Amino acid sequence: MSFQIEILWSDALLFLLLAAVAGFVLHVRRHEHLRAPWGRVAGSRMGMAAMVVLAAYMAIGVLDSLHYRPALPAEPGQPVQYSNEVLSVLDALAGPLRTQVEKTYSEPFATHLYAKENLQLPDGRQVRDYPRLRYGGAHLEDPDRKAADIARRAAVGTGWGLGLAAVVWGLAAALLARRRGGGWGQAAGRLVRAPELAAARTALYTVALLLVLLGLALQLATHYHILGTDKVGQDVFYLSLKSIRTGLLIGTLTTLIMLPFALFLGVAAGYYGGRVDDVIQYLYTTLNSIPGVLLIAAAVLVAQVYIETHPELFDTAAARSDLRLVFLCGILGVTTWTGLARLLRAETLKLREQEYIQAAQAFGVSGLRILSRHILPNVGHLVLITVVIDFSGLVLAEAVLSYVGVGVDPVTASWGNMINGARLELAREPIVWWQLAAAFLFMFVLVLSANLFADSVREAFDPRAGGRR
Amino acid sequence: MLAYIVRRILYAVPILIGVNLLTFALFFVVNTPDDMARIHLGAKHVTAEAVERWKAEHGYDKPLFYNAAGTGTGKVTETLFVEKSLALFVFDFGRADDGRDIAREIQARMWPSLAIAAPTFLVGLAAYISFALVTVFFRATYLDLAGVVLCVVLMSISGLFYIIGGQYLLGKLWHLVPVSGYEPGLAGFKFLILPVLVGVVSGLGDSSRFYRTLFLEEIHKDYVRTARAKGLAERVVLFRHVLGNAMIPILTGAVVVIPRLFLGSLIVESFFGIPGLGSYTIDAIQAQDFAIVRSMVFLGSVLYILGLLLTDISYTLVDPRVRLE
Repeated sequence: MSFQIEILWSDALLFLLLAAVAGFVLHVRRHEHLRAPWGRVAGSRMGMAAMVVLAAYMAIGVLDSLHYRPALPAEPGQPVQYSNEVLSVLDALAGPLRTQVEKTYSEPFATHLYAKENLQLPDGRQVRDYPRLRYGGAHLEDPDRKAADIARRAAVGTGWGLGLAAVVWGLAAALLARRRGGGWGQAAGRLVRAPELAAARTALYTVALLLVLLGLALQLATHYHILGTDKVGQDVFYLSLKSIRTGLLIGTLTTLIMLPFALFLGVAAGYYGGRVDDVIQYLYTTLNSIPGVLLIAAAVLVAQVYIETHPELFDTAAARSDLRLVFLCGILGVTTWTGLARLLRAETLKLREQEYIQAAQAFGVSGLRILSRHILPNVGHLVLITVVIDFSGLVLAEAVLSYVGVGVDPVTASWGNMINGARLELAREPIVWWQLAAAFLFMFVLVLSANLFADSVREAFDPRAGGRR
Repeated sequence: MLAYIVRRILYAVPILIGVNLLTFALFFVVNTPDDMARIHLGAKHVTAEAVERWKAEHGYDKPLFYNAAGTGTGKVTETLFVEKSLALFVFDFGRADDGRDIAREIQARMWPSLAIAAPTFLVGLAAYISFALVTVFFRATYLDLAGVVLCVVLMSISGLFYIIGGQYLLGKLWHLVPVSGYEPGLAGFKFLILPVLVGVVSGLGDSSRFYRTLFLEEIHKDYVRTARAKGLAERVVLFRHVLGNAMIPILTGAVVVIPRLFLGSLIVESFFGIPGLGSYTIDAIQAQDFAIVRSMVFLGSVLYILGLLLTDISYTLVDPRVRLE
């Protein structure tokens, strides 16, 4: 099957971000003094478990960012046409999850629809009953045998997961044996028992847990809607997976966009003082004085009007909603950079008086060079801590903004849109709870691991936090 | 003192002008009134006359900065910038798209907002400080650890969850309080319980944790060691000495938000159907009523700057070492 690769704006920015992170990692690996605090993060059990979960989310997000447009069925003699629908690698992998759309709501693991319909019985009579789902549990001849089928599939899935986990443990042991010497068996024993490997063990347990969940999903999600379906019959599990990318992008791209401004303006205000300081302080006091949600709302409203009045700029619906997402990240960046800039200004004011800076000035080193060589490396830990702490706040903010109506585009899969769509259905009897539950659960796991990771990063990098907690 | 306050108020003027220019640029330059009219009239098949009529009805049929048709000072004053943007400085908010007077709406809706926001703020402050003190009192025990874990879990949950969960559990399932609604006066007390409770709980994780670190920093200071050395019980040290001294940063940190309590909370008010400024704003955003959004932005900045001023004054009141000059 032929396809055309499509790089959306947010994809390009995400890849740029990944490249930057990779460069940062290489840089850290080469410098012993930068490696040390990361060693402390790696030694924290909570930090490692959180990192594994974050990596899993990230992997799904990246898979969902590799976009393409599939070719339409070619007519002989015609050049190949590509579909207007933009798909991602995740869509291709999820296959049936995306295409198996029911009529409307159905409960998790249901075999029947949520609402009654008129059904034609084989003998011609009409009854009003819950119809069978088109896809969920459709492989069952007798829906009453559902429990046994689910149990069997769950067992198989768990088995697969545990098997994969065993392979990972084996690989980890082999790696350990190669590094530290000794045989494979000895390394495996140390991996299970040695107290200094506690953090690695926790990470491996987390990997095992995730692999079991993966096994369960592969076995169950292909035959049931494990988290039910939404109003238009889409699989909620699939929507939750798609929302991961949106959440991650809001949390990371915002940082990517605001970081250069915050860094440069904060450090410059602190270092140069005087007029420069006055102007920069005026700038962030003004921005700060506008209530955050209102500034975002105002800017998004304006962008919305712009997009509505210029439809000719976007060739696909995906490109349009994508630009809105990038724009949202940008405006969130405008509202969040002030905090970091103020922090950096205060720290630079202190650093400016240090002897090594004065020595550099006496040697005639230029101002920009002092900023980049002497000040920036010494405020790096503040930047890192702020960035990881901001991440979870941004993910939560997305849900609230989407509720207000100034968040991501209504057609973009996001937890905020899921919550917004499900909120009104709570009044139904029996209540439709699964859509809300899925969105809150996926968001909770991401934010909790981000918070835990932020804690261990702060503990490792902040000299004041040492030993106090 | 008076001279300081006057100077601070003068210092606020350039900031408010900055806010004003920014909102003006967003609402009038990036999007022209023509765009606005088209959105309100429905994007397709709008005649130029209809756009002009809408603009004339809502007072947008003037140039942005310079009115060549005007006479005398009218060249400058009969423009959108002066009439729509600078007018905010004298709290002339103009009319909403539905023709109602925005200033009157704000006056009426301020009180319901305050009725929710003020109790949430006060109860919250008391609850967060008590919670933080308890964890500090039992520091380095499992109780402390449990408290910290609870904080991290609470702050990882979306605020929307607390609202939806609270409404479902307390309102629908247990029928303890009404799910939503508002009534002025004492009769409306039952409507306030749930929003205030939800507001307090959703801030518990973040704030308690912040106050806990504040107390922990305080507890390593010299005067605490002295108090312990002269044989005071840990309870007395903590609740009299540490709390008293830590109140300075806590109170001054809290003062900045007090003026903004008038604006209420966007989310809480719209979920609980409270006719305050928060739900007013959210309705305006959803109806794309730019006149209201502009007014609220300006009002929000004024209240924030007022908060900053109050913070500085409160420093001198609680800490005699600080002098304003």
